Amino acid sequence: MSEALLDIRNLHVRVEDKEILHGVSLQIGPGETHVLMGPNGAGKSTLGYALMGHPRYIVTEGEIWFKGERIDTESPDKRAKAGLFLSFQAPLEVPGLTVSAFIRTAMEQRGEHLRIAQYNRQLREAMDLLQIDPSYARRDLNVGFSGGEKKKAEILQLHMLKPSMAILDETDSGLDVDAVRTVSAGVAAFQKDQERSLLIITHSTRILESLHVDHTHVLVEGRIAAEGGADLVDAINASGFEAYEKKSV
Amino acid sequence: MEEKTRVDDIDRSMYDIRNEDRDAYRLGAGLTPELVEQLSREKGDPDWMREFRLKSLEIYNQLPVPDWGPSIEGLDMDKIVTYVRPNTKMQGEWSEVPQDIKSTFDALGIPEAERKYLAGVGAQYDSELVYHNLRKEVAEQGVVYLDFESSLRSEYADMVREHFMTLVPPTDHKFAALHGAVWSGGSFVYVPKNVEVEIPLQSYFRLNAKGAGQFEHTLIIVDEGAKLHFIEGCSAPRYNVANLHAGCVELFVRKGASLRYSTIENWSRNMYNLNTKRATVAEGGTMEWVSGSFGSHVSYLYPMTILRGEKSRMEFTGITFAGHDQNLDTGAKVVHSAPNTSSYINTKSISKGGGVSTFRSAVVVGANAKGSRSAVSCQSLMLDDISRSDTIPAIDVRTPDADVGHEAQIGRISDESVFYLMSRGISEEEARAMIVSGFADNVSKELPMEYAIEMNNLIRMEMKGSIG
Repeated sequence: MSEALLDIRNLHVRVEDKEILHGVSLQIGPGETHVLMGPNGAGKSTLGYALMGHPRYIVTEGEIWFKGERIDTESPDKRAKAGLFLSFQAPLEVPGLTVSAFIRTAMEQRGEHLRIAQYNRQLREAMDLLQIDPSYARRDLNVGFSGGEKKKAEILQLHMLKPSMAILDETDSGLDVDAVRTVSAGVAAFQKDQERSLLIITHSTRILESLHVDHTHVLVEGRIAAEGGADLVDAINASGFEAYEKKSV
Repeated sequence: MEEKTRVDDIDRSMYDIRNEDRDAYRLGAGLTPELVEQLSREKGDPDWMREFRLKSLEIYNQLPVPDWGPSIEGLDMDKIVTYVRPNTKMQGEWSEVPQDIKSTFDALGIPEAERKYLAGVGAQYDSELVYHNLRKEVAEQGVVYLDFESSLRSEYADMVREHFMTLVPPTDHKFAALHGAVWSGGSFVYVPKNVEVEIPLQSYFRLNAKGAGQFEHTLIIVDEGAKLHFIEGCSAPRYNVANLHAGCVELFVRKGASLRYSTIENWSRNMYNLNTKRATVAEGGTMEWVSGSFGSHVSYLYPMTILRGEKSRMEFTGITFAGHDQNLDTGAKVVHSAPNTSSYINTKSISKGGGVSTFRSAVVVGANAKGSRSAVSCQSLMLDDISRSDTIPAIDVRTPDADVGHEAQIGRISDESVFYLMSRGISEEEARAMIVSGFADNVSKELPMEYAIEMNNLIRMEMKGSIG
């Protein structure tokens, strides 16, 4: 247990007056890929936000440990600097801030100072991999981007920032088949690095087809209802969440 | 942590450098005909100008103080020293400028700015030009750039007389009248027909003496087919005595000519900035304004454009940042008085720390301005619950054949956006500054690089400590 990169212990999370997570425990080791599945409203995104430190998602009980440090009281930027990353389900638009300037600032905040030419080259390579038109580097962050373009921009940030632990919240939702393939290839490239861990939040399985999965967790009504290996994904694919919904009551 | 919770103690030291009063000469406080005559005598005004000043003083005494905008009760004209002349003659060479004045300008980055970007510098120290230089190549094109006093004695004296305070007559309002009576310093620019000035001309105004008002006059004539970009930058040290700025800018854009007039104002926080700017545009001419208002305690500033010639056009891009103890009433006016004219007013305002920002616009489309178009867009951002933002648009259209639009938006920085940026390792303060800078981006894009950086620095300076 002490080897876990991310160690979530009995996490209870409240949004406004409502408790959404009722004691979630989960451990992710270095280099592992975990999948978090569950029906709509189960609290999957809540877990992602709570891990990243969204101020509206209040931890009322339990602890979050990352790299041996307790982080559940840290601000989101400190968690990010420690190596945590959240790919947003609905990335926000920031007018007047270009994709390129944003990523560069974020890298600098992490103490990475690249020369501009070197940075541009890295950015260009990552954009090529994700099949993002190079002109998007100079566009305002997510402004006027389609749903798919926003998701690609998230994975672009993932590639540039190279966090040790990435949480992908519904990265495949709203994407067409080609876009899923591109995003999935992008995630696979990130996964290749043995040290990097992933928590993939999804209610479908399309993004998982080309990815290696170590563990699967099923979240139902704010509790982990089932856990297993990669084969659990297939089982859910075949029969849905119904069986677990009953079990968790 | 302390830095985070204190809003008032922004480090303004760069802008707050002040030299010991080394003024050779000062007029007594308060305003009388004797005083105006004395000023006129000292300046060696031609007779017509002396009379103009006295007439303006009469008008000043008759007009009421405006009561429709922010309060200017803190302003006591009897205490304003109207004229302070630095102890130095006009300089053509940077090396000849006295050391203490020079270091003030050094701190404001002027010589460097000049070397890199600017065609000439007319830097106003208190009320008189101490340094005036126009690069050779510009002068060789026939471009005239004089300090205003010299222009009255130059071969362009008749041209100056013909235009002086015709666009902004002393009867316009009380402070225009005051300006007419006590104006001092400023610039005269004439760009001959079909001359395109490639690099921007710049003047940098600055107040230094305690309680000194500033009444500089800027008169620019861009002749037919000519082109100019003029930059006016303002910055002043901070004092406890009320300061007044009542400058006047008159711009004449001839047929087919184009003028861009850019300003970043960063007056000290005790300044009453009651500035009047106006342009008239002839057929096919273009007037572009870029205006950044950051400083002052109270501002009244609404650059006005009169589209007098067919197919003339104007564009106004402005940003106002009102912080603690600031009431900035800014905007733009346009009068369409010829067919097929067009105007576009695009402004952003930011208020914070209890600051009040009011956007006031007036669009007048005359009966003869058929086929004209006007669009006004104003966006406001309030950074906290104690600040205030108002929009007061006035539209007066006298022809059915015109297309006039207005849109206004008032918003706040969304917590979701801040969280999004923070989730990438950016601190809350930095995230907010990035969002505000982004909000102001369409204005910075219009500025020369040097000024865009200065504006961003100002925003960052203002944003520092905005969390608490």
